[in-house]
Amino acid sequence: MFEESAVIRWRKYTDRYRLIGNACKACGETYYPAKEQCPCGGKEFAAQQFSGKGRLLTFTEVKAAPEVFESKTPYVIGIVKLDEGPKVGAQICDANAGDLKIGQRVEAVFRKFYASGETGVLHYGTKFRPVF
Amino acid sequence: MTAGIVGYGAYIPKYRIKAETIARVWGADTRRIVDGLGIQEKSVPGKDEDTATIAVEAARNALARALINPKDLGAIYVGSESHPYAVKPTAGIVGEAIGAGNHYTAADTEFACKAGTAALQMCMGLVQSGMIKYGLAIGADTSQAAPGDALEYSAAAGGAAFIVGSQESEWLAEIKDTCSFTSDTPDFWRRGLSPHPRHAGRFTGEPAYFKHVLQATKAMLDKTHLQPTDFDYAVFHMPNAKFPIAAAAKLGFKPEQYKDGLLVTAIGNTYSGCSPLGLTKVLDKARPGARILVVSYGSGSGSDAFVLEVKPLIEERRGLARRTEDYMKRKTYLEYAQYSKHMEEIH
Amino acid sequence: MVERKVAVIGVGITRFGEVWEKGLRQLLAEAELQALADARINPEKVDMIFTGNMCGGEFAGQEHLGGMASSILNLNVASTRVEGACASGSLAFRQGLMAIESGRADMVLVNGVEKMTDVSTEHVTTGLMGAGDEEWEGFQGFTFPGLYALMAKAYMNKFGLSRKQLAAVAVKNHFHGARNPIAQYRKEITLDDVYKSMMVAEPLTLLDCSPITDGAASVVLCNAETAKQYCEAPVYVAGSGQASDTLALAERSELHHVKATRLAKTQAFAQAKITVKDLDLVEVHDCFTIAEIMAMEDLGLCGNGKAGRLVEQGQTYFDGKTPVNTSGGLKACGHPVGATGVKQVVEVVQQLQGKAGKRQVKGAEIGVTHNVGGSGATVVVNVFKRGLP
Repeated sequence: MFEESAVIRWRKYTDRYRLIGNACKACGETYYPAKEQCPCGGKEFAAQQFSGKGRLLTFTEVKAAPEVFESKTPYVIGIVKLDEGPKVGAQICDANAGDLKIGQRVEAVFRKFYASGETGVLHYGTKFRPVF
Repeated sequence: MTAGIVGYGAYIPKYRIKAETIARVWGADTRRIVDGLGIQEKSVPGKDEDTATIAVEAARNALARALINPKDLGAIYVGSESHPYAVKPTAGIVGEAIGAGNHYTAADTEFACKAGTAALQMCMGLVQSGMIKYGLAIGADTSQAAPGDALEYSAAAGGAAFIVGSQESEWLAEIKDTCSFTSDTPDFWRRGLSPHPRHAGRFTGEPAYFKHVLQATKAMLDKTHLQPTDFDYAVFHMPNAKFPIAAAAKLGFKPEQYKDGLLVTAIGNTYSGCSPLGLTKVLDKARPGARILVVSYGSGSGSDAFVLEVKPLIEERRGLARRTEDYMKRKTYLEYAQYSKHMEEIH
Repeated sequence: MVERKVAVIGVGITRFGEVWEKGLRQLLAEAELQALADARINPEKVDMIFTGNMCGGEFAGQEHLGGMASSILNLNVASTRVEGACASGSLAFRQGLMAIESGRADMVLVNGVEKMTDVSTEHVTTGLMGAGDEEWEGFQGFTFPGLYALMAKAYMNKFGLSRKQLAAVAVKNHFHGARNPIAQYRKEITLDDVYKSMMVAEPLTLLDCSPITDGAASVVLCNAETAKQYCEAPVYVAGSGQASDTLALAERSELHHVKATRLAKTQAFAQAKITVKDLDLVEVHDCFTIAEIMAMEDLGLCGNGKAGRLVEQGQTYFDGKTPVNTSGGLKACGHPVGATGVKQVVEVVQQLQGKAGKRQVKGAEIGVTHNVGGSGATVVVNVFKRGLP
């Protein structure tokens, strides 16, 4: 299965660890994850690092998870609107669904996602937590 | 000597378990344990936290205060006894996550609870020799303890990061001097494939912790020609509250000197993060000119001692990241079964 | 553009559910043979085969279902597997449609098949996330109930949908399922059953979710001009639309409706020259109760934020003003993902032919199918008529 691949996540380490997307050089629109072609027609982009500050648009608590996240259930997923514009689907950590509210401020943090099995590679990336 | 701290950062997970919650499970006497260890509760990592994630947040806080380009870091050392991998460096994960580029040397260090201060000494050496511009030293742990072992009341999670540089104008605190006291002492260990460490019970006291902490401190005082009364703050490694207090008393330090760094009562022993977090807590508060003694202890055994002097720049930088106490105040208590899940004792 | 018209002249469908005794091939063979028998043709009449399937490789270790579909019938004609997540069946149907419209084929067999119960629920959850954006949503531990729960929360935040209104969708679909002989759940449920069932992803409980299902469905399409030679009551394809949107939910401009449904519907309704008032029934993609609510609004059955009320008032039962999911929908009939789009066609055809038994919509003339891939990245809307359009 693809989750057992040590390599599959590697090519996005930088984007995931540091919230790096891109910005269209023609219209300035920013994207996370990075886009290949801008709706404005622009094809040239500059790397853009996002601040990680944003607002929670919607969220839910996952109780039935895919195999690699089974040991982490329950966990919260949500969609965050970054202050710079893009919307990002991400886990919301350090919180129970019951404590969260649509519209609340969240911030990016570096967290562990899953292990490719008992002896496999560990995968890290960015989640969001309520600002405290 | 010319090395100083140009940035520092702390991180402590938000989860806690109370000593009484653990004691209840094992039918132990809570009063005796709390009185004996002086630990009311300890920090517990989130299900998605490990030494790497703790190290990253501490490092990001240090960078926020240092205001340097992460690509100017020439070395990253992460000290821990709970590195996520036995083989594959935590330091590389940290470097990628903070955007350190690729032109830096890195390694993970291990020396029980003093792996972080050993990393700090390594950075000092590289900076002082002119080999690198800045070095990042981190002590972080998600300490393991076998369920039911006495260590379960103290083994906690947290970490601290320090960026070391040689430019005096950038120092938040000068590291005036350091020295170590090291031996081969079997007080606490973990073999390669064992999930939990083991210890030699009361042997961890006099011949281990006290001997090394006292000898390192005495050597440091001799070397710097300073007396206990010359210090505003003192941080001794805190496997529990009793040991550092006893060590301080034997050495002639007073409660007002060590109380600010004594965070073991509230968060437990964060191992490689322990005395480093004591130092970040003191730096969060200390006035320019304040003199600080830090003495770590790592089983096996060794102690690293440091003398620091706080610089005026700290006043404008300490507010640029969350303080140690901000993390200490943020807490969610766990029941024992939840704790077991967080510690991956149950899946 | 001069296009040939297309008619459905035969349908076949297996029992939906935990079909322990049958694998991918046996399910596919049963539906294919039934459809050919219903169309009263021999396999040799078939010019092309399209088979919709999402997870044959993931759940059964079998890719290359084109080869399997033709193999079953001992044919050497062009046979192609089509994949578009949960819309795979409808995409296969559209390939068949376009093949006949263009004149490339006169007789096409369209299949949809999925075998899901041989693997664990966690494995199914992982496999189905292939319908989302694996690199970003999958990595973050998103699940399909999770994605639709995020949409439900956004919808509720905007329009104030009640728990009862959401649950009423499930109750209604189980009522229909109880009247469909091939349905996975031939059992009525109450609002209370929905409230009390296990929470999957707040606000969605187990009974808000479509189940894990084995099943296959097939239809035979032919050039409308010759349809009467094979079938007394052919059902005609009056319009078809397909649209796309971002693979990841987060990248959509709005989270409380599915834009691709609106786009596909506009195409299909324009081609069929109908308005929403002309519809007698719709089979919508209710993978979760919230999906049916959004589909009703996106198809224009009611205004934004009004679907819950319509459902609560009972207007979407088979004998109501606007029958929705008379088959029981994905919710009660079951959701073998690759088969669902074809199953919807089977249901609408049977309704328009007056063969829907206890759930028959009286005098049904025009029916619509609506099939969604992923969280809305792919949508197909088809319009069917009893008479030649």
